[in-house]
Amino acid sequence: MTTHTLSVLVENKPGVLARVAALFSRRGFNIDSLAVGETEHPGVSRITIVVDVEAGSLEQVTKQLNKLIHVLKIVELEAGSSVQRELLLVKVRADAATRGQVIAAAELFKARSVDVTPDTVTFEVTGNSDKIEAFLEVLEPFGIKELVQSGTVALGRGAKSMASLSRYVSPNQ
Amino acid sequence: MSTPVKAPKPGPQAAKAQPARPKAPRPAPPIGAPAAAPVLTGAQAVVRALEELEVDTVFGIPGGAILPAYDPLLDSQQVRHILVRHEQGAGHAAQGYALATGRVGVCMATSGPGATNLVTPLADAHMDSVPIVAITGQVASTAIGTDAFQEADIVGITMPITKHSYLVTTGEEIPRVLAEAFHVASTGRPGPVLVDIPKDILSGTAPFVWPPKMDLPGYRPTTQPHGKQIREAASLIAEARRPVLYVGGGVVKSGAHAELRELAELTGAPVITTLMARGAFPDSHPQHLGMPGMHGTVPAVHALQKSDLIVALGARFDDRVTGKLDTFAPEAKIVHVDIDPAEIGKNREADVPIVGDCKAAIAAMTEAYGDVGKERLKPWWETLDDLRGRYPLGYTDIDDGLLTPQWVIQRLGELAPEGTIWTAGVGQHQMWASQFINYETPGTFLNSGGLGTMGFAVPAAMGAKMGRMDRPVWAVDGDGCFQMTNQELATCAIEGIPIKVAVINNGNLGMVRQWQTLFYEQRYSNTNLSTHHSEASPRVPDFVKLAEALGCVGLRAETPEEVDAIIAQANAINDRPVVVDFTVGPDAMVWPMVPAGVSNDEILYARDVRPNFEDEGQI
Repeated sequence: MTTHTLSVLVENKPGVLARVAALFSRRGFNIDSLAVGETEHPGVSRITIVVDVEAGSLEQVTKQLNKLIHVLKIVELEAGSSVQRELLLVKVRADAATRGQVIAAAELFKARSVDVTPDTVTFEVTGNSDKIEAFLEVLEPFGIKELVQSGTVALGRGAKSMASLSRYVSPNQ
Repeated sequence: MSTPVKAPKPGPQAAKAQPARPKAPRPAPPIGAPAAAPVLTGAQAVVRALEELEVDTVFGIPGGAILPAYDPLLDSQQVRHILVRHEQGAGHAAQGYALATGRVGVCMATSGPGATNLVTPLADAHMDSVPIVAITGQVASTAIGTDAFQEADIVGITMPITKHSYLVTTGEEIPRVLAEAFHVASTGRPGPVLVDIPKDILSGTAPFVWPPKMDLPGYRPTTQPHGKQIREAASLIAEARRPVLYVGGGVVKSGAHAELRELAELTGAPVITTLMARGAFPDSHPQHLGMPGMHGTVPAVHALQKSDLIVALGARFDDRVTGKLDTFAPEAKIVHVDIDPAEIGKNREADVPIVGDCKAAIAAMTEAYGDVGKERLKPWWETLDDLRGRYPLGYTDIDDGLLTPQWVIQRLGELAPEGTIWTAGVGQHQMWASQFINYETPGTFLNSGGLGTMGFAVPAAMGAKMGRMDRPVWAVDGDGCFQMTNQELATCAIEGIPIKVAVINNGNLGMVRQWQTLFYEQRYSNTNLSTHHSEASPRVPDFVKLAEALGCVGLRAETPEEVDAIIAQANAINDRPVVVDFTVGPDAMVWPMVPAGVSNDEILYARDVRPNFEDEGQI
């Protein structure tokens, strides 16, 4: 089993996320993370799905996804040839004694402090999942009170875009 | 660099037009979008769109939410609505209509329970790729999500069992949605499409523009096969010493039977037709080996197992065909033709994948094949002919004083007029109907393969007859199946749909009982249906009386001497539905059989009789 990142362009229609998500569960695949948002074309959304499957299963799930009428295009983004980012918000214990160490650690990860109380600091950090994981490991000893993570978003490197969307977007959109 | 997982395939949007309907002229359509589109109610728009789409028959039942649509339906000169007795019957009738005519079948139901009653036929149509459109009423758009009376999220419920579904949100989109629904249902790999329309949209008004502009940027079925793959397939066939053409329902759906025959005769390869493809290749043809799989013929099952090249044509390597997948056809290379790319490599890796319409792909393979001759297949045919000679399909009479079911079904087939369309339920009678009736042309055996829906036969026969009034339609049914959907005989009697039903009445859920006999030490848990007469109890129900109560002719045959005369009597009745209760023995079993979950090598010709494959390992 290996982790794969699928970038799925879909028509922005009601129920499209339910169709995509249901297809994964129905065919017995686990979604590690999921991020959805509009693209440069208002009628088209991009769903980034990280899934942990074998290569054969990935092919099958991709083909099944392609059968959904609202799915326009699917691309697998490989780690080496794409930029992959997650966003993390983490609230960590930091009193007068430890605050200096906590902030120093955060600086190493280019995390920004976005909220401070006498006992806690909340950081915002972006990065790939390895960086996020490493940052959390460093913060762990201080005491993590709460955290939230976005799904991975990803784009292929280089000048090319995933698709010339005009092929898929009908004029009336 | 990103890796494309699947490049978008080119291909025309409208791959297959609705085949020409045989009757009823369509009213002159408006040319282009008229300057001032007429303003119609949503309900009128539904009926107008159905007329424009050349629909002549709708099966359904009205109810609260769909009620507005039934008002303009009353005035339609073109669309005949058949008032069924249960929505499941409407769905299967739409399937039967679609399978018998090649056109889209249409069913209609109200919200909530009306819609949920369509779930089984939708799932059935999804599994067997049958083009139907289901139109359901929904509670008013303002009430959606409030748990209103008769509210059910039918779009959500049917998402995994439809090819696509729509919740209509404005009256303007009704023509477009219905046009798209028919297009999606009938093109590419056919399947069911659901259109859910809230009551306020049906009652409200909007301009009606026809023809509408379809908006399906993500729907591009590939119909034209890739030339390089075709050439590769043709050269593999030319080299193969033990080839098999494994023919599935896709060949019937694409109307490729003539092309198939040409390819088969050119290559000399044996042909195997699955349950969904019976009739795609004539049973009488010397190259036909019969049906594969759990209850397939010995030569068909063995041919696949020992093959060095399986050419799968619109078939999907279903578990009922392959048996235990790891041991299926271990030496065979696979050429897999299917219009649905997801079928290729799903169960069995393909050496030559060909995405495309069977008709185009088979014709192209024939063209690419060249003149290779058939000499090299001689040893292969010697083996297969030897098996055919030693292990023909057959049955033994059981001395229980009751009719032998296989023989009854065989006589039905032999005495039926030419052109008869057959439907079946699910179970022993279905397998026997596949085995002991000869099918010479496609679209003559309609049954539920993938989902295995008991109760399919009667409503599907009703739909088939509505689509093909010129053809006799026989439903071969079991006593279990018959009791699930026989209420549609009332529909048939009242609407003038003279179908014939043969109830192969063994008093039991026969296939389950067969498994109890073989695998559960003859512990017959809950399989006796008490439809036989005994001293302890009368028949419940008495199918003859039931038939009569439903407005049909009821007949019964209990002895071999009366079978032919009763069948002839049933064949002669064409003004009313007929039900014949054939009282058959409960102990007959379907053979050959590959028990579930084992290798196809373990096929049993009859109980405890394993075929003697003398040639094993020699070819």
